Amino acid sequence: MKNKQKVLSSVNSEFTTTQWMVLKDKIGRAWYRFRRNSISITGGSMVLLVILLAILAPYVTPYPQHAGAFTDFLNAFQTPSKSHWFGTDEIGRDLFTRVIFGYRISLMLAVIVLGISVPLGVILGLTAGYFGGRIETIIMRTTDVFLALPPLVMALAICAAFTPTIERAMLAIASIWWTWHCRLVHGITRSIKTEEFVQASWVIGDSHFRIIFKDILPNCMSAIIVKTTLDVGFVILIGAGLSFLGLGTQPPKSDLGTMISYGAQYLPTKWWTTVFPSFAILFLILGFNLLGDGLRDMLDVETEGI
Amino acid sequence: MGNKYILEIRDLHVHFRVYEGISRVIDGISLYIAKGERVGLAGETGCGKTVTMKTVMGMLKIPPAIIPCGEVYLNGRDILKMSPKELLQIKGTEISVIFQDPMNALNPVFTVGEQFYDVIRFAQQRFSNGGNLFRERIRNKMIAALKEVILPDPERIANSYPLELSGGMRQRVLIAMALVNNPKLLIADEPGTALDVTIQAQILNLMTKLVEVKGISILIITHNLGVIKETTERVYIMYGGKVMETAPTNVLFRNPKHPYSQGLLSSVPRLTGGEIAEGIPGTVPDYITAPSGCRFHPRCNYAMPICAQKEPPLTMLESDHYVACYLYAKQGGQNE
Amino acid sequence: MNNPLLTVENLVKYFPIRVGFFQRRIGKVRAVDGVSFDIKNCEIFGLIGESGSGKSTVGKTLVRIYKPTGGAVWFKGRDVTKSTKENLRFFKKEVQMVFQDPKSSLNPRRSIKSTLEDPLIVHRIAQNGRDRERIIGNLLQMVELSPNYMYKYPSALSGGQRQRVAIARALAVKPSFIVLDEPTSALDVSVQAKIIHLLQGLQREFHLSYLFISHDLSLVRTIARRTAVMYLGRIYEIAPTEKLFTSPLHPYTRTLISAVPVISKEEQEAKPMKQSRGGEIPSPVNPPNGCAFHPRCSLADKICSQQLPEIVEVIRGHFVRCHHVSFNMPSVKQ
Repeated sequence: MKNKQKVLSSVNSEFTTTQWMVLKDKIGRAWYRFRRNSISITGGSMVLLVILLAILAPYVTPYPQHAGAFTDFLNAFQTPSKSHWFGTDEIGRDLFTRVIFGYRISLMLAVIVLGISVPLGVILGLTAGYFGGRIETIIMRTTDVFLALPPLVMALAICAAFTPTIERAMLAIASIWWTWHCRLVHGITRSIKTEEFVQASWVIGDSHFRIIFKDILPNCMSAIIVKTTLDVGFVILIGAGLSFLGLGTQPPKSDLGTMISYGAQYLPTKWWTTVFPSFAILFLILGFNLLGDGLRDMLDVETEGI
Repeated sequence: MGNKYILEIRDLHVHFRVYEGISRVIDGISLYIAKGERVGLAGETGCGKTVTMKTVMGMLKIPPAIIPCGEVYLNGRDILKMSPKELLQIKGTEISVIFQDPMNALNPVFTVGEQFYDVIRFAQQRFSNGGNLFRERIRNKMIAALKEVILPDPERIANSYPLELSGGMRQRVLIAMALVNNPKLLIADEPGTALDVTIQAQILNLMTKLVEVKGISILIITHNLGVIKETTERVYIMYGGKVMETAPTNVLFRNPKHPYSQGLLSSVPRLTGGEIAEGIPGTVPDYITAPSGCRFHPRCNYAMPICAQKEPPLTMLESDHYVACYLYAKQGGQNE
Repeated sequence: MNNPLLTVENLVKYFPIRVGFFQRRIGKVRAVDGVSFDIKNCEIFGLIGESGSGKSTVGKTLVRIYKPTGGAVWFKGRDVTKSTKENLRFFKKEVQMVFQDPKSSLNPRRSIKSTLEDPLIVHRIAQNGRDRERIIGNLLQMVELSPNYMYKYPSALSGGQRQRVAIARALAVKPSFIVLDEPTSALDVSVQAKIIHLLQGLQREFHLSYLFISHDLSLVRTIARRTAVMYLGRIYEIAPTEKLFTSPLHPYTRTLISAVPVISKEEQEAKPMKQSRGGEIPSPVNPPNGCAFHPRCSLADKICSQQLPEIVEVIRGHFVRCHHVSFNMPSVKQ
């Protein structure tokens, strides 16, 4: 009995931490891993920069009125200069301003598309993976069919069938995008289902709903986060592609893809009308890709603990 | 010294750089294995035996690991000072490892024969006197090795995939692969723990017979004291990255001197029944803020003030029986 | 009360083997092939066997992780194989399980508090959040952990500590029977000793019954009052533990005991002679005909390969399934 007291007292004295301190420790470790990885820092900074610029667009851009309907043919096709960092386009609008506002559209596109498709895909994946049997077959075979359709082509088809607007374009992409997340989560769910902590929850008497959301979903989160981050790049690219082909935003709104499309005809002489929007897209997608890679490195280790 | 010992670890220190600071996992251990000797390294999880094994095998990733001092002599040559190229020469040929889990140690997408072929051929390439052994000769060598581990129908085994074999058979294959290049030192990491008791008994029997016949030294690393008792001649008890006691196996098991060894042995359930001791109070030490002095003192029922101040030296009790404990130190400590 | 707490009658569990796109059944794994035993109140019952014996499956089928393919299970007089909702709710409050691997039996993404809250929420044991915290604190102290541990995550705990949490989780619903599936196999021997003492203490304090499943014979010898030996899905011997180890009757039991690596001469000398001819353990997909041990048994006869022996009580309380033993020792008349 003396030993038992000794143990309890030693245990009590070692841990006077409270919930807050444990949380602080967890965040501290995560940040340590994150900042050790130069990739994630770089990507994170790039993304943060773009987001800030997009949010504060009316305040940081020199000519916010150029983003909408504006014409100034006298100033058309100005080369990049101190007053117009990226030059002007064929109507005389400041390209830098339009690029920043273009970021707004791209990011909004990504948020809406992923905001619809990710929850949808995750829920379907969890259901299919957990319940198995006929439910699984129905969901996964449907997923297979959708996966067989290339997203860009599908989006093109939908947009071409109806009058093209940016909203239709987003819905078109979302209608296919959920399948990737569904498949991802389905795979993880199936493997987690056999883990003993899920069996333990059965033994306790948890309802299926509780098990799915409290036991299985948290284990999928890191994969979902990483994939979503990497998806942003793809979605923006597809959106830009649609706009490039004239099926996305309509003028006078400035979308990066549309800008590239209009500017392409003036290559190579008026190069700035194409090059800067292209670099803008490149910068954003690269940022998200690096961030996604970094997040994956950081989150993968989390389950093992340091 | 000289060539009496096949393995000689002298005052080895291994530290790791982690989030919280420096983790001093191994803080000065010494270990000797003579030619043809069967030595056990016993300890529980976190005592540092796996790190020791990796160091001897040259498998440590040097950052984040740091080796501030110490020497590891394999047959007279210091492994820690070898270049990667030299290390590659001795791995698999002079020193061989049988890993813990036969399920995972074999690659499931290649047949046993193909993996065996790699093992033999890799060794041959390093010694130019081998030259180009034809496939035929390699195959013969492999079949002979499989026969030695008493596998029925070696031809069929060689053509099988690991998943087609039972756990016991896979373990025998691993032993055969480890012995085929005639190593001088064999390291067995938790042999048989993944196997059933009846199969484990067969495997341990086989292993001890083979190393005796071939005159190979063997280092058995495990936390299972029963395995130590049945397969080794001499044992080192490790705790907190240090050697607590070392003696011939029978001597130590009959009469453990160090409080940790005593606690450990009394915690083992006996086949003849009876109560088991209450275990050892407390938990494994944190290697970043390791206990001062003797690393076991916070958990020791016999701790004295000096135990927290200075590390106890290894005191010799009888020939070949050493204890690191102030209860037995003749100088520099107080004896009750 | 002399009525047994739990009676298992001819429990059968087969797993189908399915292949192909249409998941055709091409065979089945006979994990548990007709197992019967009973466990009394406040008793620790040991179940030993090697891999493929089905002992883990018995445990998991008892707690209804798997649905039995056949047979009946009676608990406190109720037939729990009939899975009515009422039955299940009753059963899950009375019967709990502690799993083998502490690494995988706790969800790495949930804090200890979240894991321990589960049974309290599901069975509505506490009034509100603060009440739950109090109860969780008590549970942790019962397993000799500081209540502060509830905010930690499993990755910060050692194997022994995680297993204590698993035990606390099982105790949360105040069960009367706990299935322990190799609860200490993944732990070091000194940690194991502490956990075993904890389990014994809890059993005495709360009048629990345990089904203690293990492959560690010495451990079972120490704590179980009665023990059953399983091989390839069937029980081949049941006896009071001391009798099982001092005078084992079945050739497999003798082989098993003789194979245990021991650390003292006394134990070595107390071992019976093994009665097997070596060989591998067959797969439960294709078990041998008749007595499953006959290919490895040194006493095997023609009858052993043809007919499965019945389980017979040859001494009071000592049951054996073997033609040779029953032949030499007439059964006890009740």
